[in-house]
Amino acid sequence: MTAPDLTGLAVGDTVAEAAFPLTRDSLVRYAGASGDFNPIHYRDDVATGVGLPGVLAHGMLTMGLAVQPVSDWLGDPGRIVDYQVRFTRPVVVDPQAGAEILVVAKVGKIDADAAQARIDLTVSFQDQTVLGKAQVVVSL
Amino acid sequence: MPINPDIQGRTLAPTAPYLVGREKIREFSRAVFATNPINLDPAAAQAAGYADVVAPPTFPIVIQQLTLDQLLAEPDAGIDFSRVVHGDERFSYSRPIVAGDELTGALTVTSVKTLAGNSMVTAETVVTDAGGAHVVTAISTLVVRAED
Repeated sequence: MTAPDLTGLAVGDTVAEAAFPLTRDSLVRYAGASGDFNPIHYRDDVATGVGLPGVLAHGMLTMGLAVQPVSDWLGDPGRIVDYQVRFTRPVVVDPQAGAEILVVAKVGKIDADAAQARIDLTVSFQDQTVLGKAQVVVSL
Repeated sequence: MPINPDIQGRTLAPTAPYLVGREKIREFSRAVFATNPINLDPAAAQAAGYADVVAPPTFPIVIQQLTLDQLLAEPDAGIDFSRVVHGDERFSYSRPIVAGDELTGALTVTSVKTLAGNSMVTAETVVTDAGGAHVVTAISTLVVRAED
């Protein structure tokens, strides 16, 4: 698969968009794969007991899935050289309805000399952003 | 017990080598909704020039978690796990992680700040391969909420 061409990009271009329907099953799967078994991510009684509105998605799950549209756009996930986020708002995952996370990836900056671009992610749940300063540096 | 400011600058002992398995990468990839064949299919990864499947960008959390557990277990650190919230996260790569890598993490506490009773601990985990070469640095800020 051919990688996108840096010269064909402009700041502000949308390069990828995706929706991720999370369920409680997704949280259990991520807990097992990552080794993060904090019960606030699968037990309502524990989550509400520590004052949370309900069972939350792991922040690292949100971070992990939010970069996938960029990975697919690049063709090669090995082109991602730096990825950072701030966790600004929790994602409450309803036991029946789940939670849908929307990701929009836009070009934030182009560095032709370094052959790199910065892709900025807008990651939202119920019309509110849940990650801040979500930036992916890609090598092209 | 409040957080101990003297842990700033402390570097913990490197973790035991972690052998990155192909099925572990595939399992982690599915868990983060990765559909890229280079994450899942050894033949696709090899066609792209990799020895085996490539880990998704956030996979180093698995190694970093081992080092954060070490930090929380430091007897004098004073970090109450039940009050810890993940503030931010960053991964800076020298090269992608590929199945077959043997990785070691070493954590350094780079900053401890306390503001209005809340503490912010920034920890940097340097992940190196079996040859000692840098692979990725994982940086986390943990927010330790004030006691009620």
